[in-house]
Amino acid sequence: MEKKKTMVKDIDRTIYDIKDKVHPSYEVKEGLTPEIVEEISKTKNDPKWMHDFRLKSLEIYNNLKVPDWGPSLDGLNMNDIVTYIRPDTPMRGNWAQVPDDIKNTFERLGIPEAERKSLAGVGAQYDSEVVYHNVREEVRRQGVVYTDMESAIRDPQYGSMVRDHFMKLVPPTDHKFAALHGAVWSGGSFVYVPPHVKVEIPLQSYFRLNAPGAGQFEHTLIILGEGADLHFIEGCSAPKYNVANLHAGCVELYVAKNAHLRYSTIENWSKNMYNLNTKRALVEEGGNMEWVSGSFGSHVSYLYPMSILNGENSRMEFTGITFAGKGQNLDTGAKVVHAAPHTYSDISTKSISKDGGTCTYRSSVVILPQAYGCKSSVNCESLMLDDRSRSDTIPVMDIQNDDVDVGHEAKIGRISDDAIFYLMSRGMSEEDARAMIVTGFAEPIAKELPVEYAVEMNNLIKLEMEGAIG
Amino acid sequence: MLLEIKNLKVSVDGNTILHGLNLNVGKGETHVLMGPNGAGKSTLVNTIMGHPEYKVDEGSIIFDGKDITHLPANERAKAGLFLSFQNPEEVPGVTLENFMRTSRMAITGKPVKLFAYKKELKEKMAELNMNDGYAERYLNVGFSGGEKKKSEILQMLMLNPKLAILDETDSGLDVDAVKIVSQGINQYKNKDNSLLIITHSAKILESLKVDYVHVLVDGKIVKTGGSELVGEIGRNGFQKIAAAAV
Repeated sequence: MEKKKTMVKDIDRTIYDIKDKVHPSYEVKEGLTPEIVEEISKTKNDPKWMHDFRLKSLEIYNNLKVPDWGPSLDGLNMNDIVTYIRPDTPMRGNWAQVPDDIKNTFERLGIPEAERKSLAGVGAQYDSEVVYHNVREEVRRQGVVYTDMESAIRDPQYGSMVRDHFMKLVPPTDHKFAALHGAVWSGGSFVYVPPHVKVEIPLQSYFRLNAPGAGQFEHTLIILGEGADLHFIEGCSAPKYNVANLHAGCVELYVAKNAHLRYSTIENWSKNMYNLNTKRALVEEGGNMEWVSGSFGSHVSYLYPMSILNGENSRMEFTGITFAGKGQNLDTGAKVVHAAPHTYSDISTKSISKDGGTCTYRSSVVILPQAYGCKSSVNCESLMLDDRSRSDTIPVMDIQNDDVDVGHEAKIGRISDDAIFYLMSRGMSEEDARAMIVTGFAEPIAKELPVEYAVEMNNLIKLEMEGAIG
Repeated sequence: MLLEIKNLKVSVDGNTILHGLNLNVGKGETHVLMGPNGAGKSTLVNTIMGHPEYKVDEGSIIFDGKDITHLPANERAKAGLFLSFQNPEEVPGVTLENFMRTSRMAITGKPVKLFAYKKELKEKMAELNMNDGYAERYLNVGFSGGEKKKSEILQMLMLNPKLAILDETDSGLDVDAVKIVSQGINQYKNKDNSLLIITHSAKILESLKVDYVHVLVDGKIVKTGGSELVGEIGRNGFQKIAAAAV
C-alpha cells in the first residue's frame, strides 16, 4: 500500500478577514516623530504628566535597540506604521449607537452575543480607540470599575490610582517596544475591583485592528484589592493586509494580598501582524495569578507574560497553547520571578507547528536568594505536523538558593504512524485520525479556555486538518 | 468464505516476512494461529488490517467477497474487520467514550444516539469488570496492561465486527483477567461472526469452541488441524511440528 500524506490546510480566517472600509475621523501620519507624539497627546487631551511621559518614552525608544535574540523584525519599519487612528465614533455604552459597519464586525466576532450570555462587562476597541464599554449594573453596584483607559486617567476618583500604576510594572525602559507603547499608547481597559469583591462572571475586552499599515497600542491596567476575585478575557483579531501591522500592547496586573486573577487571552491576529506585546503581573502575599494564553495568529510574536511573586505564599499558573502555520514565527512562553519565600509557579505549554511554521518556547524562571521554600514546575510539549515545520525550546532557570523544588520537562514530537494506524483501524479516515490526535494534544489547554473559545479552537483545528490528500 | 488469503508475500523495509501464505476463514468459524516468536504472526494480522508499513509484494486478501489488499485501514474496518492490538497506542486528550463514539459513527456512517450509546457502553464495561471511570479517561493513557486489553475487547463488543482478530490479547494478563477477557470473547461470538486468535497459551482457548488451529513458522503455515493441535504444540513445541510437516 502506498503511503499517503495529509496536507493540512490553513486556518479558515473568513470571519476575521472581512475588512471594513477605512474611514477614520482622524489619523496621524505614518512614522514616529516628537510632532506625531505631541499630536496624539493633544488630540487625546492628556493631562500634563501623561504628555511628558509620552515624550520621555519616545526619547527612550530612540535610544534602545531592536531586539536581535528572537524572530526577525526586519519586515517592520516604524516609518511605515500609522500609530494613531481614531474611528469615526465616540465611545458608546449601547451597541445600537455604534456605527453599523463597526457594530457588524463585532457581531460577526460574537462579542455582543457573548456579552448577553456570559459576561459581566465588555470593552471593544476598534483601531486606536475604544468604541464600546459597558458593565452590568449589579457589577457596577459592587464598586467594580471597568472603563476605557482615557476615561480612567481623567476620573476624579481613580485618576491618581492610574497615575500611580501606569507603566510602573512595565517601565518604558524595559525594552524598545515598551518605550514605543509609552509614547503612543491609546485605548485599552482599566479595571478596579475593590477589596473582597468577587466578580462572578468574566469581563472581556476585545481589540480589533481594521486599518492597514497601522499599529495598535492599547493599555490594560487591572488592580485587584485585597481578597478580590476576577476573570478577565482579552481577545484580538485583525483582517489580513499585505503591509505590516504592529501590535505593541501593554498589560499591567496588580494582584493584592489573597486576591485571585485569571487572565485569559485568545490572540488571532492576521498573518501580517507583528505582535510585540508585554504583560506583567505583581502578586502579593497569598495572591493567585492564573494566565491562560492561546496564540494562533500573527506573522511574528514575542509574548512572555511575566509574574512577579512578591509576597509570601503567592502563586502563579501559566497555561498556554501556540499554533504556528505557514509564514508564522511565534516565540512565546512565560517568565516568573520568585521574590518571596514559599511561592509557587507552574508553567505548562503546548505548541503545534505545521506547514513550515516555527514555534519557539522561551521561558525564564528566577528564584531570588530570599525566596526559600519555593516550588516551580515547567512543562512544555511541542508537536510538529510535518518535516518543514520547526519547534524549539529555550527554558532558562536562574535559581539563587538551595531550598527549592524545581522541575522541568520538555517533549518534542511528531504524530506517530502507529497511532494513525490504530485510529484508522477503528474506521477513521487519515485526516480525522490526525485531527483527533492534534485535538487531543491541545485538550488539556482547551479545557482551560473560556468555553466559546475552546469550541472555536477545536473548530480551528478540525478546519485545519480537513485536508486534501496528495 | 469470509476471509480468503491467497499466496500472500509481505515485506517490511525490504525484508520478506511472509512467504506465500494461504488462509481461509469461514463465516461463524473460530481459528487459532500459533507459532514461535518472529514467525510472522503480527505481520500477518497487521497486513490484514492494512498497516502501511507492511508491503504486500504478491497475493491477495479477499474479505466478504471484496478485494481489500490495497484498501486503507479505515475502509477495512468499515467492511467489518477488527484488530485487537497487542500494544494499543495511547491517545492523550481523547476519552475512551468519545473515541468509541467517533469510531462507531465512522464505521456505521450513522449518527450515534448519545443516551442509548452511553447506556450500552456502561453495561459492556460492567461485563468486563471495568470501572465506569475509564470511559472518561484518555484512551489507554496510564492504563495497566490488563486494562488496555480489556479496552480492546470492549471496542470489539461495541463495534461488533464480522471478523475479529485478537493479537495476543491474553498475553500479560493474570488468570482472573484472562477469564474476563474470554467471557467477553464468548459474548461477542455468534454463529455468523468469526474469530482469528493469536495466542501462545491454551488458557484463553479453554472456554471457546475452536474449529481450526494453524501453525505458522518462518512466514508459512506449516500445519493446520483441529483443537487437538493445541495440546500437541504444548507437548512437542513448534520446531518438531515444523520438521514433521516438511
